[in-house]
Amino acid sequence: MKELNELNFPDDVKYTREHEWAKIEEGNVFVGITDYAQDQLGDIVFVEMPAEGDSFEEGEEFGTLESVKAVSEIYLPVSGEILAINEALEDEPEMVNKDPYEAWIVKVKPADVSEFDNLMDKTAYLKLVESEFDSEPDSEPDSEFE
Amino acid sequence: MRYLPHTEDDISRMFQAIGLKDFDELFAAVPTSSRHDAPLDLPAPKSEWELIEYMNEIQAQMAVGSSHHVLIGAGRYHHYIPCSIPTLMGRSEFLTAYTPYQSEMAQGTLQGLFEYQTLTARLLGVEVANASMYDGASGLAEALLMSLRIKKKETKVAISSAVHPHYREVVRTYFAPTDFEVIELPVLADGRTDLSAAADIEGLAAVAVQSPNFFGVVEDLPAVSAAAHDKKALSIVAFTEAMAYGLLKRPGSCDVDIVCGDGQSFGMPREFGGPGLGMFGCKQAYVRNLPGRLVGKTQDVDGKTGYVLTLATREQHIRREKATSNICSNQGIMTLIAAMYMASTGGTGLRTLARQNYDKAEYLKAGLLAAGGRLTYSGPTYNEFVMEFDCDFAAVQQRLLAKKIVAGLNLGQFYENGSGKWLFCATETASRKVLDSVIEEVKA
Amino acid sequence: MIPGNQIGPGRSGLIIEEPLLWERGAKGRCGMSIPESDVPQAQIDDSLLGEGPNFPDLSEVDVVRHYTHLSLWNFGVDTGMYPLGSCTMKYNPKINEQIAAMPAFTEAHPMLPDELCQGTLRLIYEMQQALCVISGLDAATLQPAAGAQGELTGMFLFAAYHKSKGKKRSKILMPDTAHGTNPASAALCGFKPVKIAVNEKGRLNADEVRELMDDDTAGIMITNPNTLGLFESNIREIADIVHEKGGLVYGDGANMNAMMGIINMKKCGVDVMHWNVHKTLSTPHGGGGPGAGPVCVVKELEKFLPSPHITFDGKMYHRKTDLPDSLGRVHSFHGNFGVLIKAYSYVLSMGEEYLRRASELAVLNANYIKEKLRGYYFLPQDAVCMHEVVFSDKLQEEYKVSTLDIAKRLMDCGYHPPTIYFPLIVHGAIMIEPTETECLEDLDEFIEVMRAIAEEAKTDPDLLHNSPQRYKVRRLDETYAARNPCLTGGQ
Repeated sequence: MKELNELNFPDDVKYTREHEWAKIEEGNVFVGITDYAQDQLGDIVFVEMPAEGDSFEEGEEFGTLESVKAVSEIYLPVSGEILAINEALEDEPEMVNKDPYEAWIVKVKPADVSEFDNLMDKTAYLKLVESEFDSEPDSEPDSEFE
Repeated sequence: MRYLPHTEDDISRMFQAIGLKDFDELFAAVPTSSRHDAPLDLPAPKSEWELIEYMNEIQAQMAVGSSHHVLIGAGRYHHYIPCSIPTLMGRSEFLTAYTPYQSEMAQGTLQGLFEYQTLTARLLGVEVANASMYDGASGLAEALLMSLRIKKKETKVAISSAVHPHYREVVRTYFAPTDFEVIELPVLADGRTDLSAAADIEGLAAVAVQSPNFFGVVEDLPAVSAAAHDKKALSIVAFTEAMAYGLLKRPGSCDVDIVCGDGQSFGMPREFGGPGLGMFGCKQAYVRNLPGRLVGKTQDVDGKTGYVLTLATREQHIRREKATSNICSNQGIMTLIAAMYMASTGGTGLRTLARQNYDKAEYLKAGLLAAGGRLTYSGPTYNEFVMEFDCDFAAVQQRLLAKKIVAGLNLGQFYENGSGKWLFCATETASRKVLDSVIEEVKA
Repeated sequence: MIPGNQIGPGRSGLIIEEPLLWERGAKGRCGMSIPESDVPQAQIDDSLLGEGPNFPDLSEVDVVRHYTHLSLWNFGVDTGMYPLGSCTMKYNPKINEQIAAMPAFTEAHPMLPDELCQGTLRLIYEMQQALCVISGLDAATLQPAAGAQGELTGMFLFAAYHKSKGKKRSKILMPDTAHGTNPASAALCGFKPVKIAVNEKGRLNADEVRELMDDDTAGIMITNPNTLGLFESNIREIADIVHEKGGLVYGDGANMNAMMGIINMKKCGVDVMHWNVHKTLSTPHGGGGPGAGPVCVVKELEKFLPSPHITFDGKMYHRKTDLPDSLGRVHSFHGNFGVLIKAYSYVLSMGEEYLRRASELAVLNANYIKEKLRGYYFLPQDAVCMHEVVFSDKLQEEYKVSTLDIAKRLMDCGYHPPTIYFPLIVHGAIMIEPTETECLEDLDEFIEVMRAIAEEAKTDPDLLHNSPQRYKVRRLDETYAARNPCLTGGQ
């Protein structure tokens, strides 16, 4: 796993407590997961995405990311309707590991743009990551015991 | 005791090493109030020969033993088991191994499972098969739950009443604590499922039949798929007699979405009903909703081919309460047995055998018809069929029993209108002589 | 020369190449004796016919060699020590296999009427009685096909019980040390798991249970000894709290191997429990099954047990199906009868005396390993353990050696690794359960190897990173397998 100073957090995106990033372009919000999140998860093998046209509330689970031995839910930073999903991730989930800020997962039509404005900026997010950095993530289960 | 290697000297050395006095100290964390207050009321330990003697006594209480001919199927079939199979199955490297999580030291089990998945997929005509479920009945329950995961918005499943009655009971058990509804479809005069009954049900996630069904009748599988897909539901085909697919159209080739059933016919004895083998496959598109273990091909750090358990994120040890099923083990050694059996028959042999089964059952059917029996259902059958008689067939059964033949299962215990209807089964193990005896007794 | 390959403690094996089944064979071969048909060929409607499966045609020798070769890539309990924590890989007695192969048992058809199959019914009945005696509970079913299905049956029972009381309950309490099957089984019955964290001593807090238990909670699922290998000493108090609020107590029998003849589940306050017969009653694991997961209950819950229930009226054994409160059927027939015979044979071979001794020695063996590896590996809970002990890789972290590396190195030393990364609450857990069937010399050898590996972690960490070396394949790429699923060899 990477050290804190090896992680990349761009200035031009907003962040959530659940480690998603969000970026606004032409009134629509692109959502992905941060470098910290992808590093914690390890090799991502599958991205489960919603259907276009589905609607979610702010903070609602809209999909999951799977590594070999872990599943992680992803939450929508802003309420809205899914305009598009990044279909390229179906065949190449590893793009999320390689370039997490290019590998957007969904494109959302926000119901309320102020929700976007209220997300964390880089400085606030960095603090969050620093505080989490010492507490180790859960181990990976490996056995089923039967 | 031969399984417990510790001498008194070992035990005292070990207590010394851990700094405790005796077993009382070792179990100090267990309050007296949680302990048995007397020795267990069990018989004294039996030596090997005492155990054999005791079990022989129990064995002798079987009024129907291994020398009887049992012409009953109904989910458990008498097929010949090649001697090579018990020999191979007894290899302790397979039998005494754990689930292959440490893949490098379990390539035997893993390649064996990969081959099983492949042969099963080929047998059933499906794109993917898992490494097995417990049995046919729980497999069907899991298939129906799987359909509700795929069709998230629906709440109902339709299941043919010609599905094995025990399988339907298990389905009802699995569905009892849920909010989902199981609707049974009636049977037509030809013994096939009345699919038109599904047309009026709203919110349907799946239409499930068994083929050959409990009455031995072969269902019209393309029609089942069409009926399901018309309702935007999945088609599910269960089976109790895997041998049938050596001869009959494979469900996967009839656009069936999920195929599940019991593989006992492939090398497993009847053994009072278990263990069997829940064979389970589906279309590739549904693989992430599949319950149970899956083995996949991969490579090691040097690029050498090997096999691992894969797509484990569906399973309980990772996804816990959100898993596709609570299933943990599979039927392990039974998958290898089934694969050994399929490898032993080969494609050519399985077809020959499957055909022989069909011919034997048709011979018995024709003989009983000529002896005055009537077929309850007019549809085509495989291995099994239902007959009614003017004579007192229960009396015939008693006479047959004296000749060490058990024939005919009374359907009165399973269906309200089942009384006086008898389910027969003949496989390759029933000789013409035995079949003729049954026919003769009915004539008498 | 493979980098890092050097001789260490332990043994090595054969390396054999073997193709996939369908990469061999020739059309027209057959590995099975198929007699000529003695009846005429019957008519069949062409529309029913399929093309026949695409299986390779092989001779009997082909099949026998193929599977013999595959078996040589496997490691079983008969091969060597298998100290998988929580999995209880004890020795599987050979006499049990012979008993299970008795022809009247293997040829018994499950649909025979009661009077024609008294032997098999008697065996089931006697086994039910024996499990009640060992657990201290009142009634049993042998139908569940595996431990996880036993758990599920237990949850069906919880649901049926609360329904009979007129109120569906929506939650269930579960320690964070629970096996994954617990929440998964509960969820199938519509119970939402509510997590309880164990305290700093690795045990449940009665006060926390008291706080969380309410009249919408169906009960609690407890594994005792828990998966940290510790006995939940206040189980009775916890059970009383749960019972007071109308809930039930589920005892996960996964760790019964520490308890036989000693701990009485009923006196612990347990209402329902399952057995894993491969763990406790010595049936072979078979690389994943078949198992059997009998369930025992207190008298009050007997009427909810699966149908049919096997009873004895003093003369005859019966399958009772007239059970209006029964949760229903969970298996096609009577459960994995062939496995249950082996378990019953074990119970009869052991009797009271040796069942109790087996549990005592299982606990002694685990504590012996704990003491002897203390200081070499980190012990998150330093207390007298039951039948298993949990270490972690904390002392190896500074050398960048992980639990996985230690496990893979153990393989090269001739051992199956312990359970790793479980329980989840211990980071980098190494969970060792030697079982009672390992003798002192073998324990000492294992300890010596574990100590040597701890030393290697300091001096030659790459040796561990590059393990295993002595198997058919080296570390396999699980990421590749999951990203590019290849699950069959094609049609």
